[in-house]
Amino acid sequence: SASAPSTPSKVDGFPRRSMRRARQRRSHSSSQFRYQSSQVELTPLPLLKDAPVAELHDLFCKKLQQCCVLFDFLDCVADLKGKEIKRAALNELVESVATSRGVLIEPLYPEAIKMISVNIFRTLPPSENPEFDPEEDEPTLEASWPHLQLVYEFFLRFLESPDFQPSMAKRYVDQKFVLQLLELFDSEDPREREYLKTILHRVYGKLLGLRAYIRKQINNIFLRFIYETEHFNGVAELLEILGSIINGFALPLKAEHKQFLVRVLIPLHTAKSLSIFHAQVSDTAYCLFISMCLTLSLQIIRGLLKYWPKTCTQKEVMFLGEIEEILDVIEPSQFIRVQEPLFKQIAACISSPHFQVAERALYFWNNEYILSLIEENCQVILPLVFATLYRVSKEHWNQTIVSLIYNVLKTFMEMNSKLFDDLTASYKVEKQKELKRDRERADLWRGLEEHQDRRMQMLTEAARNQRNLQERGERGDPPTPSSPQTSISDHNEPKPSGASSSSSGGGEGTT
Amino acid sequence: MAGADGDDSLYPIAVLIDELRNEDVQVPNVSGGGLPGYRSKRSCSSRETFRCLRLNSIKKLSTIALALGVERTRTELLPFLTDTIYDEDEVLLALAEQLGNFTMLVGGPEYVHCLLPPLESLATVEETVVRDKAVESLRKISQEHSPVDLEVHFEPLVKRLASGDWFTSRTSACGLFSVCYPRVSSTVKAEIRQHFRTLCSDDTPMVRRAAASKLGEFAKVLELDYVKSDIISLFTALASDEQDSVRLLAVEACVSIATLLPQEDLESLVMPTLRQAAEDKSWRVRYMVADKFSELQKAVGPEITKNDLVPAFQNLLKDCEAEVRAAAANKVKEFCENLPEENREQIIMTHILPCVKELVSDTNQHVKSALASVIMGLSTILGKDNTIEHLLPLFLAQLKDECPEVRLNIISNLDCVNEVIGIRQLSQSLLPAIVELAEDAKWRVRLAIIEYMPLLAGQLPLTKSLCRVVVYAIREAATCNLMKLVEKFGAEWAQNTIVPKVLGMANDPNYLHRMTTLFCINALSEACGQDITTKQMLPVVLKMSNDQVANVRFNVAKSLQKIGPVLDSNALQTEVKPVLEKLATDTDMDVKYFAQEAISGTRFTLASLHISTKSDLPF
Repeated sequence: SASAPSTPSKVDGFPRRSMRRARQRRSHSSSQFRYQSSQVELTPLPLLKDAPVAELHDLFCKKLQQCCVLFDFLDCVADLKGKEIKRAALNELVESVATSRGVLIEPLYPEAIKMISVNIFRTLPPSENPEFDPEEDEPTLEASWPHLQLVYEFFLRFLESPDFQPSMAKRYVDQKFVLQLLELFDSEDPREREYLKTILHRVYGKLLGLRAYIRKQINNIFLRFIYETEHFNGVAELLEILGSIINGFALPLKAEHKQFLVRVLIPLHTAKSLSIFHAQVSDTAYCLFISMCLTLSLQIIRGLLKYWPKTCTQKEVMFLGEIEEILDVIEPSQFIRVQEPLFKQIAACISSPHFQVAERALYFWNNEYILSLIEENCQVILPLVFATLYRVSKEHWNQTIVSLIYNVLKTFMEMNSKLFDDLTASYKVEKQKELKRDRERADLWRGLEEHQDRRMQMLTEAARNQRNLQERGERGDPPTPSSPQTSISDHNEPKPSGASSSSSGGGEGTT
Repeated sequence: MAGADGDDSLYPIAVLIDELRNEDVQVPNVSGGGLPGYRSKRSCSSRETFRCLRLNSIKKLSTIALALGVERTRTELLPFLTDTIYDEDEVLLALAEQLGNFTMLVGGPEYVHCLLPPLESLATVEETVVRDKAVESLRKISQEHSPVDLEVHFEPLVKRLASGDWFTSRTSACGLFSVCYPRVSSTVKAEIRQHFRTLCSDDTPMVRRAAASKLGEFAKVLELDYVKSDIISLFTALASDEQDSVRLLAVEACVSIATLLPQEDLESLVMPTLRQAAEDKSWRVRYMVADKFSELQKAVGPEITKNDLVPAFQNLLKDCEAEVRAAAANKVKEFCENLPEENREQIIMTHILPCVKELVSDTNQHVKSALASVIMGLSTILGKDNTIEHLLPLFLAQLKDECPEVRLNIISNLDCVNEVIGIRQLSQSLLPAIVELAEDAKWRVRLAIIEYMPLLAGQLPLTKSLCRVVVYAIREAATCNLMKLVEKFGAEWAQNTIVPKVLGMANDPNYLHRMTTLFCINALSEACGQDITTKQMLPVVLKMSNDQVANVRFNVAKSLQKIGPVLDSNALQTEVKPVLEKLATDTDMDVKYFAQEAISGTRFTLASLHISTKSDLPF
């Protein structure tokens, strides 16, 4: 319940999803429209290009103010005239800011930023489909896009204009503005996210004072995505921006950036929806990090091993792909430090019943650089994977896997035939040893549990005795050292053959 | 050897810790290829096997601690656990949970603080579930600390967490203030308040969210003066946070805070913030207000409800986001119920009902169905005349709604309307719609009608249309409801209406319908009595023993056994027995089996006719 309240609880067994699905897709509009106090009638203004130079800025300003009026786009026939006037005005503004020089003077900055804020900043509406799956479902498109697009276009041209003065803009494009801009990345409409991406990139490039703040807020969005909501539509776009930001980092990397890698980028792999932004995580962000600082490859591999998707084969294949990319550039000294846990995981993947996972893992042996690393460390790696290869070669259901394994085994045999023969010979013996160890472990636990039972019995007995003693003390009875009251009465009563109450009841029935 | 200490030699700590570190222990073995045997036994991958083992060991941590004894648990096991906290999240989760129940195993309350170091590390890990569990365990063992230990050991831990570098430890700290505050000295109390204040304005929204979610809980343990001076300002700040995810949590806190304050302070301290939240520009915050509306209403009392909450509620019912309207619609009944009695009716009629009327024809089906689930409750509040005049048309409209969920919710609550307006009104106005629903295209609606039929039958006079509903019930093989109906209306009614329909289906071309006849007979025979069963039902059953479908034939055998107790012994001997004997020589194996079962069962019936209840048993 942290941030996104779920839709009201269901009253019966109707699956909400099926009904949502059945409904026709439609675009939605945010609630901002409702909050406008009163609808103003727009009147067309003279064209910018016809205006005398002296009145140009004044007219520009008026047009900006005109564009602050919002329209209801869910009702597609409402106020068509007004919509058209605003559209034309926006087009003119875009055109003017893009082509003519000297338009952007200081007094226009607050007006322009106000117009942009009024139009784009809004609370995104609840998703039409609470279980929106970006891979399966069509996104809900923003209804007011005809205007919104032009506003974004204007914003972009404004930032890119040669007349643009960061020193003036920074008074209006402040931290609060940026925060609202970042929230919009959650929009379901990919067209909007695309604009936002370019715009944020420009803002980052031009307004140096906001850089650290932008990075921090992106971090916060990611952390919320990973640890709280698991929902944010713009992860891929934000990662792309980060990719180009990281590209510009100075070397050596600051601690802040390394921390970002370890605490944000790698945990992003735990997300259910990894497949949507996987390309961005691995290509853009990762490879960049490694190319800047080779020792980081070690941390990335360890991180991936920690978050290994044990129950999701689709993600396992992605992880293997990433591992291969990193191994491609890893230094041999780093490789040695991570080879043991890594090849244990690879062995586990080879024995996966899902053939794509096994296949992806076995492809590592087709990579020449990785193969050379394996060869150098054959003494360590072969024992790690041998047993798996040996066993899977005999029992995997998929013939492709079996033949791939034969190739790998052959490669190993050629690498170090002595070790290979030793391992083959000791395979059975080791198996027996392992079984024995298993038995020993079972014995140990059995012993421990018996011990626990005994202790528990003793403890409850002690507690009961103490209680009895206390009771007697209260009653003033002389303490009896033997067993408690109840058992005494049991023994005192002579019973023929340990007849319990139930059997005596049965006896009554027969007579 | 029986004593606790004698076991030390048996279970050296190294062995036990090896169990906890299973993966590391296994490393050398893997090189020898010892694993395959293991893996072939279980079908999971090697790493998973390791993890399973280690997870199991952690889950049995108490067993290990018991074997070690309290002394060595404190000096050896806990330091080991604290040092090796880096692990997979599943293992950490299990560990965090275990440690919450470890007090006795470390030697009772006087040593409970030994558990703090490992739990402190767990409270700082990244994974939310682990952290939450660690905080839960910390809250639990805080109660076992003496006031002195609480100040010496526990409170410093809370402070360390509250000033941690990474947001995780600060988030965890938020949940710990309220458990130690009531039991520490006033200087420490002041420090705790200061720490909480700091976290409420933390840089990261994650921490502010955690603080906001604990604000109500913390307010409850604070002295009233500090609630007024500290909590209110924090509450106001959080409720106007730049992030809506923080603001909406402040709404939750609002309920607790309002409950704590005396009535005269509410207006100035809480209401400005609450009003603002009800009109927040983010729908999430407004949703939260709608969702908590009944609690808020109770917390602020009748006077403020009348002046402030009624208009706010109207706005929420008319909100532009369907999510908010649905949440508000869900609260309509509760809100009306809790209105001050003296002007309840007037408020509902002039302010709430017009909004409700609009919601009945809302564009969103979830809003309509939320309303449908509570709207019937209004009739008890408004009384008979208002219900007939104003509510019945709404019910009727909803009964005919295009969305099945809405129709269903109305049907499910019919009984409370009946209490108010009586049977005649109800049957006149709603019955036609209900009968129509019995033929609804959605099977769930038909099922609901059938399930409610005994209830409806109790309330509606017996009409021709009801009989049509009954026919559907038969088709749907709702036999258990049939029995209830017959009990209600008597055997004669059954003989005239149900039995002919049931028997008519015996000639249906669909064998499933023919079997339905048998199932209905099973259910009806006892309620209908010997006469009807022997004269009308038995001949049909016997005739069906010649059915070409084996399933029907063995169900005949089962039915005969079932209705046997109701029949007279003459009919049993002369009519049932020969048929069963014939079936016992059937070509089909199952038919034979059930016929023999029936014969042995029926013979029992012949021997002791009085104990008819046992006739189901073969012997």
